[in-house]
Amino acid sequence: MGRKVAIVGTGQTKHKARHSDMNIVELINQAVNRCLENAELTINDIDAILIGNMEHFEGINLSDMWASDASGALGRCGMKITTGGSTGTSLSSAAYYYTASGLFDTVLCVGWQKQNEGDTTAGLVSATDPIWERASFAGAFGTFGGAATQYMMETGLTPEDAAKVAVKNKRHGRLNPYAHLHLDISVDDVLRSPMLAYPIRMLDLCPASEGACAMIMTHEDNVKKVTDKPAWISASVCRHDSAFTGDPPFFLDLRTLRSAAKEAYATADIKDPMKDLDIIELYEPVTWAELSFLEALGIGEGGKVGELLAQGVTSIEGSLPVNLSGGVLCTNPIGATAMCRVAEAAIQIRGEGGERQANHKVNTALATGYGGNWWSDLLILKSSL
Amino acid sequence: MAETEKMVFDGKLDINYKYASGKVTGKFYDEIEENKKIFGIKCSKCNTVYVPPRQTCGPCFTTMEEWVEVQPTGVVTNYTIVNYAEPLIQPMEPPYAQALIKLEGADTPFIHLIGEVDVEKVKIGMKVEAVFAEEKTGNILNIKYFKPVE
Amino acid sequence: MSDKNKNVEKKIARDIKYRALLEFKYSAGKHASYFFQQLRDNKKLMASKCPKCEKAYVPPRPACPECFEANSEWIEAGPQGTLVGFTVVEFPFLDPTTGKTKEVPYGYGFIILDGTATKFAHFLDETDLNKLEAGMRVEPIFEEERSGNFADIKYFRKIADSE
Repeated sequence: MGRKVAIVGTGQTKHKARHSDMNIVELINQAVNRCLENAELTINDIDAILIGNMEHFEGINLSDMWASDASGALGRCGMKITTGGSTGTSLSSAAYYYTASGLFDTVLCVGWQKQNEGDTTAGLVSATDPIWERASFAGAFGTFGGAATQYMMETGLTPEDAAKVAVKNKRHGRLNPYAHLHLDISVDDVLRSPMLAYPIRMLDLCPASEGACAMIMTHEDNVKKVTDKPAWISASVCRHDSAFTGDPPFFLDLRTLRSAAKEAYATADIKDPMKDLDIIELYEPVTWAELSFLEALGIGEGGKVGELLAQGVTSIEGSLPVNLSGGVLCTNPIGATAMCRVAEAAIQIRGEGGERQANHKVNTALATGYGGNWWSDLLILKSSL
Repeated sequence: MAETEKMVFDGKLDINYKYASGKVTGKFYDEIEENKKIFGIKCSKCNTVYVPPRQTCGPCFTTMEEWVEVQPTGVVTNYTIVNYAEPLIQPMEPPYAQALIKLEGADTPFIHLIGEVDVEKVKIGMKVEAVFAEEKTGNILNIKYFKPVE
Repeated sequence: MSDKNKNVEKKIARDIKYRALLEFKYSAGKHASYFFQQLRDNKKLMASKCPKCEKAYVPPRPACPECFEANSEWIEAGPQGTLVGFTVVEFPFLDPTTGKTKEVPYGYGFIILDGTATKFAHFLDETDLNKLEAGMRVEPIFEEERSGNFADIKYFRKIADSE
């Protein structure tokens, strides 16, 4: 199992459409410095720096190299990790593996993206197979649109059910000062927003953001010296799927997430996720994904997830709040997006959520990352192990 | 099964980017364009003067704020002569000289071009001075190139 | 602060523009080459099949992603199939493979070709959502002049007699 590891600090920039006053390395530096400040550590306490983004959004291929001054990697072990949307959770898992292995004591990971320096959909197209899929690929909304029609048919859930996810997460996002979108919207607003690709409308889809998020992890012998409110990593599971868009069963049964949850629940001793989890930070690139991904986690299966949402169970007042941060629907700097999920889970356990802090004590939090092609990362954090 | 052809498919990526310079790089360019001056930035801890300027001193991990004007003259610390032609991406017609140049007052050499020179005569230690571009280019070619000091 | 300084302050951060134009040559490899050769010469859609789990894959590929066995067999897939998911793309976006904005609307669907285990992503000729439904039977329409690539299938459309 390796050594026990805890998250002892988090830091993020304000996420927004455009950081025109900061370049890429300055953005990274701000998140790193805020993280060090939160952990009350200095860069000299850090043994390795893991960094990640998706290259074609900025057309930059060696961010680990040219951000080395600003990330603190100069003269240290540094490495870049890129796995698409799940980059931030892959970085989190990797930092955990580094620390748990005993080879590194204290590790900082930072995910970032300046999506509006390039073109989001063009960047996504470049991630697909050039011979088979680039000609017809229509960005996230095309793929999710096709998957959502299938999901609707099988579950009977409607665009109105999906719209309620947007309303909930945007409401949570208004309480998060770091969230990109602070929108006050209704179900009607979602259903009247421009159609991108049926049934995905503008307000069903995540924005394109610029921002960075960082976390510091250290091992059990060190934790007490650093903090009295660690967020321990209880389980960390990664699952890839095969290469082509149409291979996996996708939305109907996100098998990567279902399989990751099964293993993580066993490791973290989660018997009933509805009861044993206090909050969930879910990677929901579109409204529909929050519904179906919760089902894959064993919550509201068979389309019942729509009722849980309507009853407010997953709202901040509910028994199992989902995406108190506002989620991906409010904030999406892709290389940082999945790490924002893990960081928010740690923030909630550390009681640092401010206005968006859960009403009940958070002892067990689940965070996910989602990446193309239908693959999943999952981490479970606990206040004590 | 008959012999299969070995197919090859052409691919292309054509994407336009716009990179926020940030305030430090922005000032560096503004001073070149507006005042034909070159500024470095100094670390308050190790006193290194960096050209081009950046916000963070890598070794000290300090945020730098002290601007230092450096001279538009300096010396070549290494160089190469580019003979290979790669249309579209090269800033000059080959053969041309690309060099690391350490400006007077700066501690770090930075990469640029040598112009108005017989490339055969470029050598390490050669003294050069900046020739500023007449029109704003919006990038590092706001300094057109460096030329030998007579 | 003087007005002059204000101006400098305003324009201190700027956008630096850069166009990345990259050209590539992708070797298709044996499986894709055979598929496109059969498509071009015989209007056939060939799937590679795993000898162990007997699943057939389009796009064809050397290894079964489930069993990690060599897909040593070929079968003729479809060409008819079942539409299991679809959308109509209405939002124009930059297509980096041309450098131009993609023309919308267009239909896009996931089709299980008869005999295969995979959903094949391709264009649909239909852009009226009321005429598309999951479970609908579809067939490929081939280009008259085929050159051996993805575009040799113009699109999939509803099979007329299935109404």
